[in-house]
Amino acid sequence: MARVMYRDAVRDTIFKEMQRDENVVVLGEDVVGGMGTAGGPEAIGGIWSTSGGFYEAFGPDRVIDTPISESAIVGAAGGLALSGKRPIAELMFADFIGVCLDQIWNQIAKFRYMFGGKTKCPAIIRCIYGAGYNAAAQHSQAPTGILTSMPGLKVVVPSTPADVAGLLRQAIRDDDPVIFMEHKALYGLKGEVPDDDDYTIPFGHARLCRAGEDVTILASGMMVGMAEKAADKLAEDGVGADVIDLRTTSPLDEEAILDSVEVTGRVVVVDEAPPRCSLATDLCALVAEKAFASLKAPPVAVTPPHTPVPFARELEGAYLPNPDKIEAAVRKVLAYNS
Amino acid sequence: MQLSRDDLLQAYRRMKIIREFEERLHEEIQTGEIAGFTHLYCGQEAVAVGVCENLTDDDKLVSTHRGHGHCLAKGCDVSGMMKEIWGSREGLCKGKGGSMHIADVDKGMLGANGIVGAGAPIMVGAALAAKLNGKGNVAVSFSGDGACNQGTTFEAMNMAVVTKAPAIFVFENNHYSEHTGVEYAVGTEKDIASRAEAFGMKVARADGTDFFAVHDTMREILEYVRAGNGPAAIEFDTERFFGHFEGDPQRYRGKGELDRIREERDCLKKFRESVTGAKLLEGADLDKVDEEVLAQIEQAVQDARSAARPTAEDVLEDVYISY
Repeated sequence: MARVMYRDAVRDTIFKEMQRDENVVVLGEDVVGGMGTAGGPEAIGGIWSTSGGFYEAFGPDRVIDTPISESAIVGAAGGLALSGKRPIAELMFADFIGVCLDQIWNQIAKFRYMFGGKTKCPAIIRCIYGAGYNAAAQHSQAPTGILTSMPGLKVVVPSTPADVAGLLRQAIRDDDPVIFMEHKALYGLKGEVPDDDDYTIPFGHARLCRAGEDVTILASGMMVGMAEKAADKLAEDGVGADVIDLRTTSPLDEEAILDSVEVTGRVVVVDEAPPRCSLATDLCALVAEKAFASLKAPPVAVTPPHTPVPFARELEGAYLPNPDKIEAAVRKVLAYNS
Repeated sequence: MQLSRDDLLQAYRRMKIIREFEERLHEEIQTGEIAGFTHLYCGQEAVAVGVCENLTDDDKLVSTHRGHGHCLAKGCDVSGMMKEIWGSREGLCKGKGGSMHIADVDKGMLGANGIVGAGAPIMVGAALAAKLNGKGNVAVSFSGDGACNQGTTFEAMNMAVVTKAPAIFVFENNHYSEHTGVEYAVGTEKDIASRAEAFGMKVARADGTDFFAVHDTMREILEYVRAGNGPAAIEFDTERFFGHFEGDPQRYRGKGELDRIREERDCLKKFRESVTGAKLLEGADLDKVDEEVLAQIEQAVQDARSAARPTAEDVLEDVYISY
């Protein structure tokens, strides 16, 4: 075990997989950084510092610095994948899916099914997402739920450095397109990561972060840490919470969710996206449909309001879920009919 | 380049297969037996065949919604395609794709595509893979005069130039994007190739109804791209004998236009005149091919009619996450 940052877990995992498999290719805007400038290649080394040293180690054919052309980036990832490579495309901000949604939704997600199962599409789209940087409405969103709604995509939302390593390696070795959601506000998070160069976490297996019998809290990405904080505070008052980190929203570990709800009978769903037609409503519907008899209270969702992400510190703070809001939601479900 | 007798016969056979495949579909669609949207390639055969006769299975191709001709020229199985269009589980894509999504990766055919302009970026990815493999292979995209107006095509052209990808952008200008004329929809003063030129790549132009012009132009461009000089583009001037989709009333056509282009711009007719005039082949050689192709298409239709239908269970096949 080594203690590493979330961003370094991204960088190290890709680097090692590129060493292991020559078919792994990286492409995106400024993944090299400095191309065509006085500073020269690697003057930046990736805007998120997740590809430093790649260019020097693997060269321009495997570390492809692209123009600002998201449709061409994702489309090229699709073409590379259909041609036997394992491309890892970086969308500098997940918000940019709006620019290249056709290539994600109509192309890479559909190839295998539409072509009768005769082709694989092992493409990864790394989406750097989430609020917390006061980056305002077009650089702060969490489109996890939108992407989860699309058949043909696997959607991965790591919340810790160890999960980054295990899930990203799994994604790189997977034969289907994977959306890999990296929360920008977690990049500095430190945690233990196994030294094992074959460490993988299978998709569709949620992680139980806290165990308790009074309430189930479902979360992913940056929401997991907030849910843990809320659970720790509630534990001081003798309230026990199962905190479940979904890890992957597609495939979804329904079993872990339903098993927990059958014990607790109460659910709080935490999501960073606006509430309508979202991951939060989907999970509330899941427990209502499949664990209705176990429920002691209606599920409660903790989400931002149905607005764009605002800029000012006070506004973004008010917009985002936080441990206090989660704690309040838990107290609400506990108070129901009691 | 002087083509051998066998080369000529093969090229003619491939063009004729596309022609008869499409003419037959045009008839069959009217019976209601075939479901969905179909866009026929009739009239443009010399482009698909003239381009693809220069390629190998290791060269990749990305096609369009009007993709039957490209698929057939790249070597997709005639019967497998007919079954796919009929929606059979024995079709090339098990009845899951249909007319607009035929693919056969083993033949380097990375898919017809229902989204106009979506193919060029995918082709650039395939070209980057070829560059990485270093064996001199290329990737080719077909785009129409409609797709040349999509931003994706621009992005793909620029990225191919920037990355020196062995990419060939083939633009088939059949003068209509859906139901709109090229004079209206393409704002460039000159032509489509001049756009590609502006992105910094080598370009060529040729008459797309002349198989020999297509074949020679493609060969020259291919040599340049295979040699590692970066991407190139070719614009072919061609004709679409049918409407945008089957059922299109084509009220946008000029008086006598369809008769005129069938009379003056038919690439198969021109091929026949050219090879018999130069005494490279006898009319009887071509008649024999015609007969064989008609029988092959008839057989493919019969096979498609009697092929196994998919079942409700097949909906969940080839799915990697189900709920």
